[in-house]
Amino acid sequence: MLRQIEGSRAVAETVAKCRPGVICAYPITPQTHIVEGLSEMQRRGELGQCEFINVESEFAALSVAIGSSAAGARTYTATSSQGLLFMAEAVYNAAGLGLPIVMTIGNRAIGAPINIWNDHSDSMALRDAGWIQLFAADNQEAADLHIQAYRLAEELSCPVMVCMDGFILTHAVERVDVPTQQQVDAYLPPYEPRQILDPAEPVSMGAMVGPEAFTEVKYLQHDKMLRALELIPQLAVEFFQRFGRDSGGLLRPYRSQDAATVVVALGSVNGTIQEVVDEMREQGHSIGALGICSYRPLPADALRRALKNAQRVVVVEKDLALGAGGIVGADMQSVLYGLGTRVHTVIAGLGGRTITRKSLRSLFEKAQQGDLPDLTFLDLARDLVDRQIERELQCRRSGPTAENILKDLGVTTGRIH
Amino acid sequence: MFQIRVHGRGGQGVVTAAEMLSVAAFGEGKYALAFPSFGSERMGAPVMAFCRISGQPIRSREPVVTPDALIIQDPTLLHQADLFRGLAPHGFVLINSTREFVDLGLQDLLDKLPAEHAFTVPAAEIARKHVGKPLPNAALLGAFAAATQQLRLESVLDAIRGRFSGRVGEANVEAAKEAYAHILLCQREAVHAEAN
Repeated sequence: MLRQIEGSRAVAETVAKCRPGVICAYPITPQTHIVEGLSEMQRRGELGQCEFINVESEFAALSVAIGSSAAGARTYTATSSQGLLFMAEAVYNAAGLGLPIVMTIGNRAIGAPINIWNDHSDSMALRDAGWIQLFAADNQEAADLHIQAYRLAEELSCPVMVCMDGFILTHAVERVDVPTQQQVDAYLPPYEPRQILDPAEPVSMGAMVGPEAFTEVKYLQHDKMLRALELIPQLAVEFFQRFGRDSGGLLRPYRSQDAATVVVALGSVNGTIQEVVDEMREQGHSIGALGICSYRPLPADALRRALKNAQRVVVVEKDLALGAGGIVGADMQSVLYGLGTRVHTVIAGLGGRTITRKSLRSLFEKAQQGDLPDLTFLDLARDLVDRQIERELQCRRSGPTAENILKDLGVTTGRIH
Repeated sequence: MFQIRVHGRGGQGVVTAAEMLSVAAFGEGKYALAFPSFGSERMGAPVMAFCRISGQPIRSREPVVTPDALIIQDPTLLHQADLFRGLAPHGFVLINSTREFVDLGLQDLLDKLPAEHAFTVPAAEIARKHVGKPLPNAALLGAFAAATQQLRLESVLDAIRGRFSGRVGEANVEAAKEAYAHILLCQREAVHAEAN
């Protein structure tokens, strides 16, 4: 049913319709509304046999999820930011054990400095842990991806993160067609585990594997991720047939086929980018956009095909590999190797910095004119940076960076806007 | 596309106001996107929320920088330099206050905008009377419907009822109706003043 609804609420109601058997989560902004919503539904008895387990930390949340998934229950959890890092060890374990847990990430920056706002640093930090990572462009897709995620996770026996921009999506109220129970049931069959802890037929999971077989077990994990590249588009097609709308898939091309410049991005910023693309197209610019929905596995062949006509690619990414540069940008360099395509990386939206149409527009125009460097920090306040560097040159005890910068800005704490 | 920015303080229902605007627009078959200016939510801290209304799906996620309407829930924010930033030349301004623009030191703003695009609304007083608390958001939404004609009063009332059930909902509905009537009265007075 079409509703005007908060993103978190839409996700909670959609997850509920996936009939989870166990939900265990620890609240952390901006994911909190999702698990609060689910816990209320569970308390009201709306989730059937589902058990909601209160835990003391994110590490416990995913550890419980591993246990319940191994016991054969369809399992859900959600987290953000430091919460994801705190569960990092269990994140690798869930993937290594091949447990089809679905976890929502309400994407948020990683401290220090403390920052509760949106960027992609959290899920990027764990991009190579063996979880499939799907990025939602809007709240309709955020909701829909959860249904597809369970199909994908359970068919492959592999965990899936559904990444949605914290606040920008989780706290946005917009139109979402929240699917009915019948629709979800028709698409998502009951969970049939590939492996299960069952007292009647005891097995052990989590064996120690030495050098004789570790590579093979890891290779099979990698191979499974690559098989997801075939399954993800199939599931999206089937989803379209059942639900009548496009959600998921590997990539989301937008006016990019014949474009000289193609902007590549993950998540909700694609909407703003498409607006700018339309504006610039109207004025005769040859520009398009390509959203990446499946970031892990990285759809290398599909990306190469989608970008083969582009002269230049501008990657707008909400993360930073400190001491290296872009993360998605580096992926694109490797994917496009040998095609002669110029790849520009733009670090944008860190810690909730607004990505405005105006800034994107001037960035893309620069790229079109060939004036964009390989690596750009969108709207970086160079004067603030220079002042701190100068301070460090002038004085040994220059003090804490974050506090110095805030003092220069004349604020005592992070500003709301 | 019609863009609204709501200013107020934590605890005044700023985010709820933007959400209810979007629900009212949705009720009329339009597309709407409401979102807060994300931050640590604290009672009393300045808060902003945004709403976009359109006949087409809304893709842009940037905060509203060029509002067609400003709703100011707390007059103690008026000293903020950037409060009116980006306001469209044809924009609307609604301020929760019992005072006139000239008394608020905003005659310049009034002069810049088209006639009957800027109103003060005694929203806190109206709310105190009906709801028992000086929560100005519902009343200001009623005033918004009357002033901008972007939404029907009925849609706004339905959105309020959807958000607040039972007696609280009806009390807020009454507040919205009274503020709506207040704007209509102001508009009639302005017409008479011009005729005279």
